[in-house]
Amino acid sequence: MLRLPPFRYLAPRTLSEATRLLAEEGPQAMPVAGGTDLLPNMKRRQFTPAVLVGLRRLRELKGIGGSPDVGVRIGAGETLTSVSNHPLIRAHYPALALAAAAVSTPQLRNAGTIGGNILLDTRCNYYNQTEFWRHSIGYCMKRDGSICLVAPGSPRCWAISSADTAPVLVALQARVRLVSVRGEREIPIQELFYDDGMRPYTREADEILQEIWLPPALGWRSTYLKLRRRGSFDFPILGVAVALRREPDGRIGDARITLGAVASHPVEAEEAMARLRGQQPTPTLLQEVATLAAKRARPLDNADLTITYRKQLTPVYVRRALDLLVEAEQGSGAE
Amino acid sequence: MDEWRRLQPRKAGPYKVVGKPLPKVDAYSTVTGRAIYADDIILPRMLYGGLLRSPHPHARIISINTRRARELPGVLAVITGEDLPRKYGILPSSQDETALAIDKVRYVGDPVAAVAAVDPDTLEQALSLIEVEYEVLPALMSIEEALARPDVKIHEETRNGNIHKAVSYEFGDIEAGFAAADYVREDWFYYEGNNHVPIETHACVARWEPDPHNPIGGKLTLWSSTQTPHYVHREVSKVLGIPPSHLRVIAPHVGGGFGGKSDPFSHEICACELARRTGRPVKITCTREEVFLIHRGRHPVKMWIKTGVKRDGTITAMHFRSFLDGGAYGSYGVATTYYTGALQPVTYALPAYKFEGMRVFTNKPPCGPKRGHGTPQPRFAVEVHLDKIAADLGVDPIELRKRNLVRPYSRTINGLRITSCALEECLDQVVARSGWREFHAARLAREAEATRQSSPVRRGMGLALSTYICGAGKPIYWNDMPHSAVQIRLDRGGGVTVYCGATDIGQGSTSVLAYIVAEELGIEPERIHLETADTTLTPVDLGSYSSRVTFMAGNAAIQAARRLKELLHSVAAERLRLPPDRLESGDGFIYCVDDPQVALSFEQAVQLAEARYGALVAAGSYAPPEDIHGDFKGAGVGPSPAYSYSACVALVGVDIETGEVKVEKLWLAHDVGQAINPLLVAGQVEGSAYMGYGEALMEQQIFRKGRHKIPSILDYKIPTTLDTPEIETILVGRPDDEGPFGGKEAGQGPLLPVIPAIANAIYNAVGIRIDEVPITPDKVLRALKAARSEPGERPLPPPRVTPIVLNELWPARLIRWSPEQREPRPDPTNGHHQHPRQGESAPHGAASTSSQLPQKGGTA
Repeated sequence: MLRLPPFRYLAPRTLSEATRLLAEEGPQAMPVAGGTDLLPNMKRRQFTPAVLVGLRRLRELKGIGGSPDVGVRIGAGETLTSVSNHPLIRAHYPALALAAAAVSTPQLRNAGTIGGNILLDTRCNYYNQTEFWRHSIGYCMKRDGSICLVAPGSPRCWAISSADTAPVLVALQARVRLVSVRGEREIPIQELFYDDGMRPYTREADEILQEIWLPPALGWRSTYLKLRRRGSFDFPILGVAVALRREPDGRIGDARITLGAVASHPVEAEEAMARLRGQQPTPTLLQEVATLAAKRARPLDNADLTITYRKQLTPVYVRRALDLLVEAEQGSGAE
Repeated sequence: MDEWRRLQPRKAGPYKVVGKPLPKVDAYSTVTGRAIYADDIILPRMLYGGLLRSPHPHARIISINTRRARELPGVLAVITGEDLPRKYGILPSSQDETALAIDKVRYVGDPVAAVAAVDPDTLEQALSLIEVEYEVLPALMSIEEALARPDVKIHEETRNGNIHKAVSYEFGDIEAGFAAADYVREDWFYYEGNNHVPIETHACVARWEPDPHNPIGGKLTLWSSTQTPHYVHREVSKVLGIPPSHLRVIAPHVGGGFGGKSDPFSHEICACELARRTGRPVKITCTREEVFLIHRGRHPVKMWIKTGVKRDGTITAMHFRSFLDGGAYGSYGVATTYYTGALQPVTYALPAYKFEGMRVFTNKPPCGPKRGHGTPQPRFAVEVHLDKIAADLGVDPIELRKRNLVRPYSRTINGLRITSCALEECLDQVVARSGWREFHAARLAREAEATRQSSPVRRGMGLALSTYICGAGKPIYWNDMPHSAVQIRLDRGGGVTVYCGATDIGQGSTSVLAYIVAEELGIEPERIHLETADTTLTPVDLGSYSSRVTFMAGNAAIQAARRLKELLHSVAAERLRLPPDRLESGDGFIYCVDDPQVALSFEQAVQLAEARYGALVAAGSYAPPEDIHGDFKGAGVGPSPAYSYSACVALVGVDIETGEVKVEKLWLAHDVGQAINPLLVAGQVEGSAYMGYGEALMEQQIFRKGRHKIPSILDYKIPTTLDTPEIETILVGRPDDEGPFGGKEAGQGPLLPVIPAIANAIYNAVGIRIDEVPITPDKVLRALKAARSEPGERPLPPPRVTPIVLNELWPARLIRWSPEQREPRPDPTNGHHQHPRQGESAPHGAASTSSQLPQKGGTA
């Protein structure tokens, strides 16, 4: 078995104690919630924090509540299982319930939290390897090296945003609250992400993601499709999150399409969304929108299956997600 | 009467234990976590050992400096290649490994140094302190590269470039066969190969007990998660220079092997040497990544096949070539090479057959045996190839196969003896149960319906047949001793202890021994205590490979039990005043068949027998019959005392927009003869179906810049329970004349037809052929797009297997052989073939082998 590197574990009881400990310990400390991403990464020496600040006891990170007309608050420390099973989320934010249920395996969803999934380290099959493997092939810039092994000429890291819930929360226009000894900030979730595989989050080292706010859901429908190889225990090689609001006359009032696992951050298909707004969703239009959305996907050879395949599947998955939402509203079949 | 029909009378049914769906004897301890696996063993003062492995696929070792590691507090021993210089390998003909690399490393993961330390953290630190200077050499990562660069020699010993082994055979008259054909087709296929992925990673604990009065210095015990304690015993003894009498190898519970734990391994040898040097027990547990590096998995094989047929599909000749990517060392590879060719004539009756096989060394983890050992690759090729021929000729694929089925009680063109064979029944069963005819008749209606519903899913059904050995007919090292032996001791309290070297790797071989002895002695299996897989306590069984254990250990157990039963019945007959032939054993009694009320309890009989005969211990043994193969060099691979047969129908749904394939159902009929326990047989069939499904569609053994690309079970895709198709197991066949209670194998054979059945079903669904395994969705989509050539898209050409072009002749001398060349031989002069090896169960005597027996030990 791979060994964890040595570290100290601190177990604060309140959020303010946790933020204080993170501030005191400085960049050598990392917060840990479910640990399902961090601990394996530590075993592979992608992270070697001297201190882990445990978040599991913090009540301030717990709870799911609200309503579809005022919005819903989700504590970042809620497990993916409780998010995917929550009646409010299943009924009104189905894309989130689907995404949370699509993460990894039942055991890991019982331990892993939604906050941890949002802040999942970006992934790359040159990087998510053991110390032995990375030493063998030569380290990459994301850890211990200086070049990107996927695109050696590139000045940047192309590790992939691989969280199932992240594109969904972007499509749902969620906001997140970050807390530190320096204060609190609440930001649209898009502002949490950088297009940078090495530093994918705007979260500062001393900040704790406390909660997620979902806006009112009335009139919205949403879904999430995940391209994967098997029924469980896979990161997405493509995630498609779509949220739609229809006008009474059937036209699309508003549309959000976000792609996961195609870049270092969740990618909004803005052109495609704009093309949908105010239109009647005909099969031809949906196909056109899907093709537009897929232009935003630029996969590289650092995840499962081939680049061509992942690229080719993007419009298919976007169109299928749109079809699902349009059909659900129209009852039987596309026109 | 045929020689194989003159056999011992079988115990008359109905059976009390055999054929019943009983739980495994270790079921409760296994599922409740009480079973002890190698890594569970913790001994006082135990050290933790580990291996430093090469980071380069091919490099010369310039220097190794272990000083800093040795000086680290908590490190008790550091060893390198010079400390264990003796070469070893599972096959006597491929002694090409050293426990730790000397001079050269040949793949990423090749062990270079070993450390023993007081705890795992110190161990890890010590390994990082060893400095190795390498001169990096060009790495050969494919069959083509290995053939193209004879100047870069991976092993100095190879005579011809990097060719490890090349063979060439012609059985019957191949030219005449093709001349008689109305139609000839050629195809290339590629099977990428894969790892076994046992859930338990390899682990071992070694203990040295020093004894200054012992000239050897002490005795060594090794607990290891191995399928073959006997072969590990031989090789560790050889490398360490410790006589076998001073070495004890024990396999505790083993968490799956599938062939991956059949070699002697560096970590086992190093743990032993570290224990000897430190005088303390040493444990080495491999990581998952190390399991991928140790490998010994399915060989990547490129295959070329050419078949001639009559208009009706009757095969007139087959020419088959295989190119095996062996990885860095020999392992079982010579046997694997033979196996890619040996069993083709055992499924279909081939009137003429030419086989050329070659294995090359590459700078990848060494390949070896995996479930089906060398036969899933050709099975895939042959069954897809025949389907293509059926389509070309417009012949029903079932009819084509039926015209060519091998016949029961026959000889193949390459000299193999076929006995019981329910292949046709297997075929009929899967066709009937799957609704094959109805499904194909409804094709047009189904397609119209899919179009009407604008569904992207197209369904298809495919079929394939296969055969597998019930135990290798020859041991790995040439000898005339039994392949399996069982000893039974009866206790005057009624207890029964069974000793056998057979190694339960989860398949249930220990349980099978219990059922068989219980049936013979007429007692319940729970009464029996089993000691297995311990080279000191138990008589030799060669190991859990080649699907040999039920057949061979089972027959040995029957013989041992019968010897005891005879004693029990003799005293019971006397006490009950009955002739012994009126007695039967059952339900814990020895009773009169005419009046079961006249009975003696098992305990009473044991006590009477012990009083009469002394301690009640008996042994039985088994070796396969002699005259089951041809008399040419290399005939030792392929013969078996019996063959199992399987047929599979796969129902798939192919998504034409995504190329994703869902296997909706597998119907698998298997000729197991008599199931000793139908529950365990069904478990083996389902496990085979699951594994075949994963190999067909998911598992990718791919390398990037000389490294295994994805050595983790997150990234290396094996199916989950959610993916596993519905499996309908159909057990067919009648008891085999020579199998224990008529039993044959079930552990490997059922995997074989699954892969081509799925490939043929995909073709049936969408009309594309992917002649390469695994059939991943990207390949399917590419082929679909190439076939559709949609406007506006510039489709890639369909995936195609690139042929291997040989500029020279096949690098092996052609051996021609025909069955009619077999001439009756007078009584053998070398009497050692006549020793009483298996008592009454040996149907030889009229054996007619020439003096030209296979020169090297036949192999797994």
